[in-house]
Amino acid sequence: MRISLFITCYNDALFPATGQAVVRVLERLGHTIDFNSAQTCCGQMHWNTGYLREAVPIIRHFVSTFRDAETICIPSSSCVAMIRDHYPKAARESGDPDFIADVDALLPRVFEFSELLVNRLGVEDVGATFPHRVTYHASCHSLRSLRLGDIPFRLLRQVRSLTLCDLEGLDQCCGFGGTFAIKNADVSSAMLADKTRCVFNTGAEVCTAVDNSCLMHLYGALHRQRTPLRTAHLAEILASEAEGAS
Amino acid sequence: MTARDTILRSIQENLRAAERLAGPGPGPGSGGDDLISRLYREAAPRTPADRLALFEHNLRDYEAGVAYASPNTIAEAVACSLAARSLTRIAIPGGLPAEWLPSGFLFEPADDCDPTALETFQGVLTACTLAIAETGTIVLQSAPGQGPRRLSLVPDYHLCVVFDRQIVDTVPEAFVRLAASATLPTTFISGPSATSDIEMTRVRGVHGPRTLEIILAKS
Amino acid sequence: MTEPRSADFPHAAREVLQDSQLRRNVAHATDVIRNKRDRVVAECSSWQDLRDAGSAIRQHVLRHLDQYLLQFESACTQAGGQVHWAADAADANRILLDLLVRHNAREIVKIKSMTTEEIGLNRSLAAHGIAAVETDLAELIIQLGRDQPSHIVVPALHKNRRQIRDLFQREMHLDSLGDTAEDLTAAARQYLRQKFFSASVAVSGANFLIAETGSVVIVESEGNGRMCLTLPRVLVSIAGIEKVIPRYRDLDVFLQTLPRSATGERMNPYNSIWTGVHSGDGPQEFHVILLDNGRSRILRDPEAQQTLKCIRCGACQNVCPVYRQTGGHAYRSVYAGPIGAILTPQLHRLQEGASLPYASSLCGACYEVCPVKIDIPEVLIHLRGQVVRKQQATLTGKLGAWNLGMQLAAQIFVSGDRLALAETLGRLGQRPFVRSSGFIERLPFMFSGWTRFRDLAPLPAESFREWWAKRSTTP
Repeated sequence: MRISLFITCYNDALFPATGQAVVRVLERLGHTIDFNSAQTCCGQMHWNTGYLREAVPIIRHFVSTFRDAETICIPSSSCVAMIRDHYPKAARESGDPDFIADVDALLPRVFEFSELLVNRLGVEDVGATFPHRVTYHASCHSLRSLRLGDIPFRLLRQVRSLTLCDLEGLDQCCGFGGTFAIKNADVSSAMLADKTRCVFNTGAEVCTAVDNSCLMHLYGALHRQRTPLRTAHLAEILASEAEGAS
Repeated sequence: MTARDTILRSIQENLRAAERLAGPGPGPGSGGDDLISRLYREAAPRTPADRLALFEHNLRDYEAGVAYASPNTIAEAVACSLAARSLTRIAIPGGLPAEWLPSGFLFEPADDCDPTALETFQGVLTACTLAIAETGTIVLQSAPGQGPRRLSLVPDYHLCVVFDRQIVDTVPEAFVRLAASATLPTTFISGPSATSDIEMTRVRGVHGPRTLEIILAKS
Repeated sequence: MTEPRSADFPHAAREVLQDSQLRRNVAHATDVIRNKRDRVVAECSSWQDLRDAGSAIRQHVLRHLDQYLLQFESACTQAGGQVHWAADAADANRILLDLLVRHNAREIVKIKSMTTEEIGLNRSLAAHGIAAVETDLAELIIQLGRDQPSHIVVPALHKNRRQIRDLFQREMHLDSLGDTAEDLTAAARQYLRQKFFSASVAVSGANFLIAETGSVVIVESEGNGRMCLTLPRVLVSIAGIEKVIPRYRDLDVFLQTLPRSATGERMNPYNSIWTGVHSGDGPQEFHVILLDNGRSRILRDPEAQQTLKCIRCGACQNVCPVYRQTGGHAYRSVYAGPIGAILTPQLHRLQEGASLPYASSLCGACYEVCPVKIDIPEVLIHLRGQVVRKQQATLTGKLGAWNLGMQLAAQIFVSGDRLALAETLGRLGQRPFVRSSGFIERLPFMFSGWTRFRDLAPLPAESFREWWAKRSTTP
């Protein structure tokens, strides 16, 4: 299958390894990846911060960049949620019938990475080996908007040598929330403190998720606290094959 | 212009403006979807025995006492409940069946008593309009055998007789039965009064009766 | 509301976060209610259908609000009630004061009500020498402690037993008092009993007004409500205009969803439903004050009008991770938590509470539990949009760091080349901030909040798009 990767703006700049891992996993499964370098951002930061008018050109840019894509893979559930939950409204409010039609046609082709593997490609075992204790953090968007349910767990359970550690308070927000972490830094960090405590208590070596945004926030605190715990996007775990490769 | 006119006009103008703003499409302000979906469960397929068991379970769960009687042994059950607590002077509403009252106790009609007078009783005995199994609720109305609302409120002990035919399974069923007497003063009672205001610890009995007991009359 | 807004949410929250006792109490209380709620909701096989029905009924009411209010007025009047209309808080307070003066009441008993909080009723009465005695246990705790309620359903959840014991002992002049919940409850019963018996006027809010029958519904637990509703000679119920529901049978939905959502009970101990005046039972004079106070204006906004569907259960507060950290006080508003974050700014046309739409990580837990399906995250974003537009209308807002940054980012995000250039510039620009640890540990301006608590890994040397470009040219 031909799969178009939307790497997302922050993964592009901050987490290129995640994108590389997505490419590795999908190519290993025999799919062809294309990457349209005109791509930028889904518009979530502007939209969720209330810059609704400013978000619209970004949304239109996304829609036109991916108009011809067959299947779009996005390794970030919050960006997928932005597209599914808010694009229809942005299009409707524009009153532009072409924009509305483009969005309608686009939505069924948009998949979050783990969702793509399990729901669209029907794969749970991607042939990965990861000899570490891992805990999974469920981001709010993956939980309540995408309703991923046990999809990430099904993928993780098939990874050889991986020990899955249950995370207490799985449905609790980590406190990132985009610009919330900046506008309400104190509350955000209080929420983060609760989350890092739970992550630490699992005894895991690695905390994973389908959103690097949560992980950046979590790792920021874990690193400040000088804990040895690391974070890694689910794709990076699924991409690792033999020992030492992670 | 009166406040009434101001408010009504403001509601109408703003609703019209919302409709204009919402424009075409299924916006929240647009009309046409006034049909209210009532897909929720209105009845439950329970046997009478199961219904009774559930009602009893839910009553006990909310710390109400439960005793059983048959329709012609109610007086004995009342005597038993009162004697167990050494209660002798009991308020009763007008219209309570005389055959429910055992001898050896002082039952006084108290529909006209003020709160201070009601406070002097050790308890109150009433009937009810109906009961709901799924929530462990009894429903009292201002009616013969149930009295004015203060009667079942001020005394510290409330004993209530419920016939099995009065028990419905669900809340929607209760409202169907209550429709005919909807405008009577009505109280839903589920367990004795309670509070969880202090550290979320449930404490039984604040201002209402601290003890609620139900006599289930099974035919 | 006449509360002065001394601080916006981030500042108020920072203060509250210092109080670890309060945070423990709030976390404990919300956890307990949440767990109880989850249990009784799971028992209810048609929960989602009940949410749908509740939402549809409330939405329907809003769309025909004028008609249902008139129907209520007519039915209630026919049953012997007197209906008053109050455009704002001052109106409502004046109507009530006139009634109290007419009855020569010096002390009234009161049932917990958000609406009377909203209009500052107790302060208004006190200014005229009338004492309003709060009879709900938590409200009594708040009143005796001259404190502010912190939660819709359990307003005193920020106080623990020992704090309450000390307060009761001092304020009720008791020589000794235990500190179990039972001891404290018994003390409140004793303290309030004579007040119930002697008061001639009671004031309540209303959970629902039924248009069809003209009835009023109060849902409560302690029996203080029943005392107020049945013992005094005169009863005044103050209700927001949005509280009306069409029919008596509609209660079958809300009496299933409200108790479960609010306190995690299948049914709360007492629900009272009464209609006008009933000879020989309850008050012989009954008034309803219908309060607008900014509500009708909210109907204008098709996106945000769903806020008025709220039935004040408080479930959104109990699941909110922000509220869990801060409790209600940080919202500096009668209505706290997620519902407060959307209701307060609307009631005040963003003159107050403009920081509240941002007091959320948009985690979505509130929408998931809302028994009338208010899409709170959606409304929060919508209101953020209004806040931004309002800021952009001022010169300081337009030239503020947030606006400039967002405008710049918006220009970058419409072109892949511009984004690539911005990434290159970012890598250069970050150099002075990267420490020997290889991490960014301190950032200036609005980003300082991030690095106060967290490190930040710098931008790696190569972006994904650069890696991809290299890879595709070297097969």
